[in-house]
Order: sequence, then structure tokens, then C-alpha cells
Amino acid sequence: MSMRTPLKSARNLGSAKEGADHFWKQRVTGVANVFLGLFLVWLIASLIGADHATVKAKLANPLIALSLLALVVSGTIHMRLGMQTIIEDYVQGEFGKVVALMLNTFFAAAIALASIFAVLKISFGA
Amino acid sequence: MADAPSQRGARPERPLSPHIQIYKPLINMVMSILHRITGAALYIGTLLLVWWLIAAATSPQYFDYVSSWFQTLIGQLIMIGYTWALLHHMLGGLRHFLWDTGRGFDLATIDKLSWATIVLSLAGTVAIWLAVAAKGMF
Repeated sequence: MSMRTPLKSARNLGSAKEGADHFWKQRVTGVANVFLGLFLVWLIASLIGADHATVKAKLANPLIALSLLALVVSGTIHMRLGMQTIIEDYVQGEFGKVVALMLNTFFAAAIALASIFAVLKISFGA
Repeated sequence: MADAPSQRGARPERPLSPHIQIYKPLINMVMSILHRITGAALYIGTLLLVWWLIAAATSPQYFDYVSSWFQTLIGQLIMIGYTWALLHHMLGGLRHFLWDTGRGFDLATIDKLSWATIVLSLAGTVAIWLAVAAKGMF
């Protein structure tokens, strides 16, 4: 029989430590997304109606590719955390909630991987 | 508590707190709800960004096919809507950053910030798409 109290597993997880993990990651990626989101608006607006060669050349620019990769990483972390909160608020059953949270992670990861793959493929000269 | 065992599992009649349809919609409440809705819309909308990036990485033919979708009326409305959702969610986020510092919690300021969110997001969306249209790309 264990002599340990439940305090052991609670210690160091309080509000100043990992308890604020979700909140803090949401804020850090949120700050990044302000700049990266405006970058995306500019990028899309400047490429409306452009042909394939123009778009490919622009996306292959290292600064644009790196900014896009930063947006994808920061954006998918941010949206996963946001959707997690929505799921926790509205999905009542424990089983459905766990499934929804898992699908949320899979969706965010799939978006991130597919985007990164596409940007790298263009950058490395597909 | 004599009948406690037989009542186990049954929900006692407790008073319910009023739900949202009871309240008159306030601007800060509407902006809060829109912040969540625009966040969810941006979440789904990433599929479009991925589709566009994959198309650019695939072939000129497939890129032209995807571009033609974005150039339909519905495609353009979706892009304008996505721009608004992004700006609205971004401005809502900035409002939250201010609140995170402990400032801006008096009711008059909350109302002003909430109105600023909707006005600036709509004005920004119009400005961006007018600029795109003026350059003849739209």
C-alpha cells in the first residue's frame, strides 16, 4: 500500500506552473499570429489572380516560405488550443469528448504537416 | 433524508440560472460569441489554405483548377468572409491582450472596445478588398 498522499501529484502543477500552460501557449501563439496573420492577408491579396509560375516563385522566396512555416506552426497550435476549449465547453459525454479532442489534434497536425510539406516542396524546387 | 436511497440518481428540482436567450444582447456579449465563431471558422478555413498550397506544389494544371474555384462568386465571398473572420478574431485577441494586463475593465471601455472590434474588422475587410479590386486583381 502506498503511503504517498495525493499532494505529490498536485505539487508544482499549480497556477504558476503547468496549470497556465494552455493559457500561456494561446497568448504566445496569439501574439505571433497577429503579425503572421497580417502577413497572410498581404500574401493572399498580392497573389489574387496570379498564375502558377508567379505564385510558385513568390512562395519559394526564403523569407516568405519561413513566414508561412511560422504561421502554420503557430496557427495550428493556436487553433488546436482554441478548439479544445470549445470541445470542453460543449461536448458533454466523457467518451465523445475524448474522441473529439483526439480528432482535434489529428486535424491540427494534418493541416500543419500538409502545409509544411507543400511549402518545403515548393522551396526545394519541386 | 429517509428516502435518500430511492432518490439516488434522480435529479432534484433545482432552480436554473437564466440562459442566454433571457438576456438582452449586449455588444460585449455579441463580440465574445463572434470571437468564438470566427475562431471556429478560421479553423475550418485552414483547409482552403492547405488546398491552395498543395495545388501550388502539385502542377500548373491543378493550380489553375483550384484558382478557378477561388475566382467563382462563392469563392470570392468565402475569401472576403475569411478576411473579416481573421481581422475580427485578431482584434478580439488584441482586446484580450489588453484585458490580460488588468486594464480596460470598466463598462464604458468594454463597450468602446467591443464596438471598435466590429467596426474596425468590417472597415479593414472593405479596405483590403477595395485595394485588391483597385489593383485589378479581383
